[in-house]
Amino acid sequence: MTTPVLSVRNLRVEFPTRRGTLTAIDEVSFDIAPGEILGVVGESGAGKSITGSAVIGLIEPPGRIAGGEVYLRGERIDRLSGEAMRKIRGKRIGMVFQDPLTSLNPLYRIGEQLIETIKTHTTLSESGARKKALALLTEVGIPAPDTRIDNYPHQFSGGMRQRVVLALALAAEPELVIADEPTTALDVSVQAQIIALLKRLCRQHGAAVMLITHDMGVIAETADRVAVMYAGRIAEVGPVRDVIKAPLHPYTKGLMGSIPSLTGESDRLVQIPGTMPRLTAIPSGCAFHPRCPRCFVPCATFRPELQAEQTSQVACWLYHPYPVTAGIAS
Amino acid sequence: MSAVMEAPETAARTSDALVEVQGLGRIFDVSKPWLNRVIEHAPRRLLTAAADVTFAIARRETFALVGESGSGKSTVAKMVVGLIPPTTGDVIIDGVSMHEVKHAAQRRMLRRRIQMVFQDPYASLNPRWRALDIIAEPIRAFGLAQAAAETATQVGDLLRLVGLDPADGVKFPHEFSGGQRQRIAIARALASKPEFIVCDEPTSALDVSVQAQILNLMRDLQDRLGLTYLFISHNLAVVRHMANRIGVMYLGRLVEVAPAREMFAKPKHPYTRMLLDAVPDLDLTGRQRKPVEGEVPNPVNPPSGCAFHPRCPFANERCRTERPLALPSGAATVACHAIAEGRIQ
Repeated sequence: MTTPVLSVRNLRVEFPTRRGTLTAIDEVSFDIAPGEILGVVGESGAGKSITGSAVIGLIEPPGRIAGGEVYLRGERIDRLSGEAMRKIRGKRIGMVFQDPLTSLNPLYRIGEQLIETIKTHTTLSESGARKKALALLTEVGIPAPDTRIDNYPHQFSGGMRQRVVLALALAAEPELVIADEPTTALDVSVQAQIIALLKRLCRQHGAAVMLITHDMGVIAETADRVAVMYAGRIAEVGPVRDVIKAPLHPYTKGLMGSIPSLTGESDRLVQIPGTMPRLTAIPSGCAFHPRCPRCFVPCATFRPELQAEQTSQVACWLYHPYPVTAGIAS
Repeated sequence: MSAVMEAPETAARTSDALVEVQGLGRIFDVSKPWLNRVIEHAPRRLLTAAADVTFAIARRETFALVGESGSGKSTVAKMVVGLIPPTTGDVIIDGVSMHEVKHAAQRRMLRRRIQMVFQDPYASLNPRWRALDIIAEPIRAFGLAQAAAETATQVGDLLRLVGLDPADGVKFPHEFSGGQRQRIAIARALASKPEFIVCDEPTSALDVSVQAQILNLMRDLQDRLGLTYLFISHNLAVVRHMANRIGVMYLGRLVEVAPAREMFAKPKHPYTRMLLDAVPDLDLTGRQRKPVEGEVPNPVNPPSGCAFHPRCPFANERCRTERPLALPSGAATVACHAIAEGRIQ
């Protein structure tokens, strides 16, 4: 078996506050194989963006990685110094964020930003870097790149800006691209273009992708595997087709049912009662148990771990033998 | 004499449509300030946010407007509720023209019957007011309760109606989650006992599982209270779930109006086809999406002829020069030369 491009083991991120420590994500483990696209879905507050930020070492202080390990091609990166991490970021891990306007510097021409990135991470000369920047802009489908390269970000539309951001992320031929809600700020027609582009580029460059989104449709179209997050943990992870067509975890089932379909005929959407718990009050045992229609004996007391079930892994007592002491405890 | 002639006409109108929007248009002046224009010799810049928008909504029906950003759907919604005056055209509610009502009392009567639910429940609720005061405001404004106790009862009933605990009324908006806030916004909209509610992207700011709760609630309320909705959204799946009829907008104009079922089974206008094609496929049918080229043009200087022609695969010379009229095509109304000429089915 080949070494995964990214391997995350038991990752835990904490935010110390005046009222005590909040655990944003806990016991998060997953792998991304070379060339694979892993989708990470969840609702707001599930911890998907924090997971992405933790991998690239961009957790805002006072937040910190309190446990677990992150490996890039087998090499541990969560303990690296700021300087060493900066060399990896942009070079070996590319990033695409939700809002293309805030990820580009409004005071610099996009050519300057691309050339700076290319020169930082490669040994190319100024003119070589400019040639490479032009090639990248052509590749991401910017019309008339030789004139557009000297434009400022505000002269681009939202979709075009996101194309520039993709070009920036791929400038140094990274092994891994972390895309955090790359299409959320865009209109559907443009969204389709960007998804197609992201998919094509990563296949061509052989980059693995961690695609963070709340949109199951985007995942269905793009990802190979998907991890469903709930309240800071992975509830279920498996091949996209299986997770969408035959979800195992009751939360995934509810989530899939609550998405209005373009083809299905239904009068009512499946609704999950209640809302995602706040980080200050994560329920004991399985965090989903107060909202779960299939909650039973062990759920309120014991926290289920992610374990293999069919083609997926699921953290739910419905699929695993639960501790016998559960009956006594309740 | 005139009253005798008008009466049957009004009666005929009320029987089929509650809301009629006729040739509605709005132009915004986005020019630089006068002094800059004089110094820089800059011309006036006018933005046509909406033009020639015509549709009717029957009682208890949900009519949806869909389109991408900048298509003018929110501008139409605001004109329908009277938040901004139209440049051209008129909105007729139950036979009464909104913009011809001069009498303040009559206008108040009309406004009580129309309410609006906004996109962002974090911005649409006053953070300094308790939920019960927010919901009681329309009751007080329209004098719908005689005494304070009656107002309190009505607020309690409304909170229960939208699935909240009446005891939560004393809380402030920040103490509620996004979904609960949108429930409060709906309760406030229902407080004046309206017949017609304009919902501008009511679930776009919410997570999918919460969106499902709000959409179910809105449909339940429609059944129980006999409400009529104008539903604005960019999400086609949500629109399909909610609407009876759908209008598709592009650069301020309606390009297609059709019953929901038919539009999704057989979209007619090339833009509608493109929009439907762009929706990610959750059923994993392996359908290959063909992403459309280009983006929505700048509405300050829209393309000539049919505004969609630069992106349209079926455009010809006529499309580039002559603006298509909205013509009936089966159960739909479509503004497209290619459809009218039978070039595409």
